[in-house]
Amino acid sequence: MLTEEMLASIKKVEATRQARLGMDLRKMTADEKDALLKEYHPDYKDAGFETLHVGPNKGEKVPSELRHLLEGTSRVLGKDIDLENPKYDVDVLIIGGGGAGSSAAIEAFNAGANTMIVTKLRIGDANTMMAEGGIQAADKPNDSPAIHYVDALGGGHFCNKPELLKKLVCDAPGAIKWLNDLGVMFDKEEDGTMVTTHGGGTSRKRMHACKDYSGAEIMRVLRDEVWNLGIPVVDYTAAIELIKDENGKVAGAVLQNMETNELYVAKAKTVIIATGGAGRLHYQGFPTSNHYGATADGLILGYRAGAPLLYADTIQYHPTGVAYPSQIFGALVTEKVRSLGALLVNVDGEAFMNPLETRDVTASSIIRECSTRGKGVPTPGGGYGVWLDTPMIEMIHGEGAIEKRIPAMLRMYLQYGIDMRKEPILVYPTLHYQNGGLKIAANGMTDVENLFVAGEAVGGIHGRNRLMGNSLLDIIVFGRNAGQNAAKAAKETTVGKLTLSHVDAFQKELDDAGIESDCVSPKLLPDYTRKVNQ
Amino acid sequence: MEKTVNIYIMGKQYEVPASLTIMTAMEYAGYKYVRGCGCRNGFCGACGTIYRIKGEFELKTGLACQTQVQEGMYISSVPFFPTKKATYDIREIKPTEQIMMELYPEIYSCIGCNACTKVCPQSLPVMQYIAYAQRGEYKKCADTSFDCVACGLCSTRCPAGITHAQVAVLARRLTGKYIAPETEHLKQRVAEIENGEWDAPVAEVMAKSIDELKDLYNNRDIEK
Repeated sequence: MLTEEMLASIKKVEATRQARLGMDLRKMTADEKDALLKEYHPDYKDAGFETLHVGPNKGEKVPSELRHLLEGTSRVLGKDIDLENPKYDVDVLIIGGGGAGSSAAIEAFNAGANTMIVTKLRIGDANTMMAEGGIQAADKPNDSPAIHYVDALGGGHFCNKPELLKKLVCDAPGAIKWLNDLGVMFDKEEDGTMVTTHGGGTSRKRMHACKDYSGAEIMRVLRDEVWNLGIPVVDYTAAIELIKDENGKVAGAVLQNMETNELYVAKAKTVIIATGGAGRLHYQGFPTSNHYGATADGLILGYRAGAPLLYADTIQYHPTGVAYPSQIFGALVTEKVRSLGALLVNVDGEAFMNPLETRDVTASSIIRECSTRGKGVPTPGGGYGVWLDTPMIEMIHGEGAIEKRIPAMLRMYLQYGIDMRKEPILVYPTLHYQNGGLKIAANGMTDVENLFVAGEAVGGIHGRNRLMGNSLLDIIVFGRNAGQNAAKAAKETTVGKLTLSHVDAFQKELDDAGIESDCVSPKLLPDYTRKVNQ
Repeated sequence: MEKTVNIYIMGKQYEVPASLTIMTAMEYAGYKYVRGCGCRNGFCGACGTIYRIKGEFELKTGLACQTQVQEGMYISSVPFFPTKKATYDIREIKPTEQIMMELYPEIYSCIGCNACTKVCPQSLPVMQYIAYAQRGEYKKCADTSFDCVACGLCSTRCPAGITHAQVAVLARRLTGKYIAPETEHLKQRVAEIENGEWDAPVAEVMAKSIDELKDLYNNRDIEK
């Protein structure tokens, strides 16, 4: 049930809709964007951050919730773990069963490595599955890897690691072809031309999509391929600590059965962390579009093992999370809605910005509209939102366009009696993506030997802000890359005696720094259980 | 005071706020999910749920994360159901009628009860896409099944033991790989990159100073 205030505001939105069609909204200047971000983006709120006392990034700031976990107590401390008799002994151990982990597994397996995936939920329970909008690749005649490079670099505030970004853009067309050859159904014209659109911050239409189930379509094909190849997937089993060998190389992980809590040891010649993001840590109290297991586990494991983080202080707030209805609060409304022409409109029916600015700029602009400008639409939960004027899509592309191009969005809202073909939807930024993560070289390896990282757990590819469609791309490009290189490194590795001494050493550092923590980490799952009379 | 409803989780009664979904109501009641919870946004199929409203005979289904609670709802989650997954080499098989007969012969035992369609939380015409698969019409099967989240509820109700979601994945992969038109501009660009034709232009951009790059970015032309 929309409130009276919402209904009154919708009237104003309807009144201005015709005039807004074809409106050429000016993009902000570089200076305007800088000022907007500093004033309104959550990354600039000092209160949300704390300084690390120990480890490779000592002295740097990270989100408070992440600092607590990074400096928390290991789950293996005080446990009697028999490292001599591992339950699993493989060449390549992959932690995480999303798009990056699955891509890595397929390539490692195809390179001849004995490969295994462990995942704390199921294979496919991952942000990949939920990515709606699409995947970038410069494969059209008016586009090029060099143009893609500049778009992503500008979007990332010129902080992207050049060698990683080069790999991302140059391997992009190959990644699309790899997926297509595996049987992913991309949206195509009759003649085979890819249907591509803009995303925020792109200068060419290079967003490839599979309706608005892009990530789901990619994930279910990768999962099917992992199953076809017979790669073992140990599900409902979390990695709770990395294991090293006596020579300081990473050589496996301690695993924990999520249901029985039994601990296992997995020995491996190389390990790939593909554990994804951190949305479920709810930085600064934001809702999230992320899946249930997005708790930054891989960052904790890698950091304790000595791998540095890069840009862990930059988080992406997706501009358009659901502000209303409450049942789907924080869920993602794909950027494709804006790519297709829906404008962002305030309580008075005014389009207040070009909807295809980069995500950080768009999110900040919405926050400004809802705070100091006082032009937000109040929601029953006490928050605010702005309209995303979805009926414009059908006016631009014809009747039926919403059902054809963004069926998941239509279905999600219809569950709650909202028909986005006829009425606009209310949105507000939601915690969406971890821009930073563990630092890697172009071969996917961290500073710690034989520890590789792929996917959202990596920092540096996207600089300080990621463009839409570059994440599905990075999980494929860097997932495959990590799989190939981890398989290769495994061939050249002999594992020495296993040890967890680095965990003890890290704890000693914490003790020496006077850090006392009641936080056990990694977190594994968020805690949403209401507790009464316990 | 917020309006509440009575729900029955595996038969046990709890009073919960009426605005919650089945998933958040379970958490409100005191449960902590390990199984039966994945993306919490309607895409992963982890939270397939069967329910019946007290006094009504009809069994209903939904994804727990997408379905609002109602008064008198008897809830049973189905986090796992034993299904069949045939394995194959996608490079070896072809989109022939025979391949479905070889890999998923049980689809020809469909008795046409349409229970699969009735339980689909995505409102897909499941029996129809199985019929397309039977006839080797893989593109139609692929398009019709495209929004499947593989929750597996259809399989729980199927008297023929069909694993509908897996049949659909096979049809879609055959369509994506063999039936959909090939993309010439993609093949061409991949070949250009492999031949090193884009090495120099990328290297040229990478050699620029940050100020030059900023200038390039702020003044780039944007496709309409």
